[in-house]
Amino acid sequence: MLEVRGVAKNFAGFQALGGVSLTVSRRSISSIIGPNGAGKTTLFNVITGHLRPDAGQIIFKDRDVTGIAPHDLCRLGMGRSFQRTNIFPRLTVFQNVQAAFVSHRGRGFNLVAPVERLYREETEELLEAVGLSRQAGEVSGFLSHGGQKQLELGIALALEPEILLLDEPTAGMSAAETRDSIALIERLASDRHLTLLFTEHDMEVVFSIAQRITVLHQGRVIAEGTPEDVRRDGEVRRVYLGEKHR
Amino acid sequence: MLAAAFFVPALGSRFYTFLANDVAIWALFATSLNLLVGYTGLVSFGHAAYFGIGAYTTGILMKQLGVPFLLAFPAAGLLAGALALVFGFFCVRLTRIYFAMLTLAFAQIVWAICFKWNEVTGGEQGMPEIPYPNFEWIDGVAAWLPFVGGYRASEYFYFLSLVLVGLCMWSLHRIVRSPFGRMLETIRENAERAEFIGVNVRLWELAAFALAGVFAGLAGGLFGIFNRGVFPDFAYWTKSSEVLIMTLLGGMGIFYGPTIGALALIVLNHQITSYTEYWSLILGSILILLLFVFPGGIGGAVAALWRRLQTRVHHA
Repeated sequence: MLEVRGVAKNFAGFQALGGVSLTVSRRSISSIIGPNGAGKTTLFNVITGHLRPDAGQIIFKDRDVTGIAPHDLCRLGMGRSFQRTNIFPRLTVFQNVQAAFVSHRGRGFNLVAPVERLYREETEELLEAVGLSRQAGEVSGFLSHGGQKQLELGIALALEPEILLLDEPTAGMSAAETRDSIALIERLASDRHLTLLFTEHDMEVVFSIAQRITVLHQGRVIAEGTPEDVRRDGEVRRVYLGEKHR
Repeated sequence: MLAAAFFVPALGSRFYTFLANDVAIWALFATSLNLLVGYTGLVSFGHAAYFGIGAYTTGILMKQLGVPFLLAFPAAGLLAGALALVFGFFCVRLTRIYFAMLTLAFAQIVWAICFKWNEVTGGEQGMPEIPYPNFEWIDGVAAWLPFVGGYRASEYFYFLSLVLVGLCMWSLHRIVRSPFGRMLETIRENAERAEFIGVNVRLWELAAFALAGVFAGLAGGLFGIFNRGVFPDFAYWTKSSEVLIMTLLGGMGIFYGPTIGALALIVLNHQITSYTEYWSLILGSILILLLFVFPGGIGGAVAALWRRLQTRVHHA
């Protein structure tokens, strides 16, 4: 489904990624973990076309997509959510998701039709699925942090992605919000036959839902495998888990 | 408001007709800028370029080539839009202040060309005595119908301006309420996110820039005739700042905001200059007040007041 081959990226002499490779198979749930500054977000930005890698390739659905623009990747079926909440703050919750439908289904250059009438049912159905039906008419910038994260998920799902990349989906959430949010993501992934790739700092979350885990450290992959493999890996314990449990 | 405007010549003086015509044309000009500033989040410092191009297009076609208004008017929009497409191609590659500076640079180039190209634009002297469209046929019709006819050419032109400005405003209103307009709003709100719902941000920005150019050009085409002449300062940066101030004053991102801004600024200008010569001082003070007290402009303040009244009614 998605393959990252030897991706490297430097920022003004600082090596953010030093030849990272990983493979995500269709309908799997994979996670990338690593301490702060390990290069998780940079890797995400390279995969989703926001950054061009200095070396290496991104293969998505058997196609080389290295360096192509985000809006084209989006059409190919790659959806993403961002670490910093990333919505359209002065539009209503409904309009946020509706805009994603309009754009994705190629109606964005229509200059004459009234936009309110487009994709109403689809939008309502999706808001129901992410649990935001009651807030549909609210200005999205006023939603709670958890609500905005749900909305981001809604926007991403409106694009009918085959793979969904989530950058720290539970960042800044309380324990209860995290639990709900993970349950929601898991349910949506299985209902919609999605492939998931996410980064996360909360180990409990990672080990509870990920099937494959890749551990990044200083821009390199130091371990890769099932949660059990990773838990037992000596180097991982030393550089990452060890830091927390010491 | 548009309906009321039709009665100005019958009820008011020639001066009021003149003022109303000025407001109508500037309202269209400012609304076209609002498509960029208010809806797409692109601040252009050079919008007068397209106004000027439109004015010269209609002026040259009608005065020097004797082309009828029916063709010369749409030509203003087409040429202004075409040049906006060319300049915009470069501008949308830059962001924020760099975008604004490049729009200003292109506008100054347009101004310099109008100022120096004597053979075509009349250079520094401009091009006086642009003819009115031919209204003689109306008097022919008036012989058969009551209540029509009997107006001066300037008044007929005022009615014509109202109809054309009305049509343009209606089109702009459709555009901002269309899926295209919504995509522009997503760019304004969050361009990075817009990319990732599949919006080709630069392409949409360019389309908005060209469309804004078309409507600014149409406003310019009317203004040249209204003003009885076209001059290089139509494309000068002070015109760009004037239209930007109107948009801010009325409330950007609110559809009728720039119309309110145009009305307020033009009426104030005429009132105040009859008392004092320090118009710019007053204008500066108004702007400061606006930025600190009503950051949403007059339109924003009215909308907020309206919402507050509504909730009060609901609670009562």
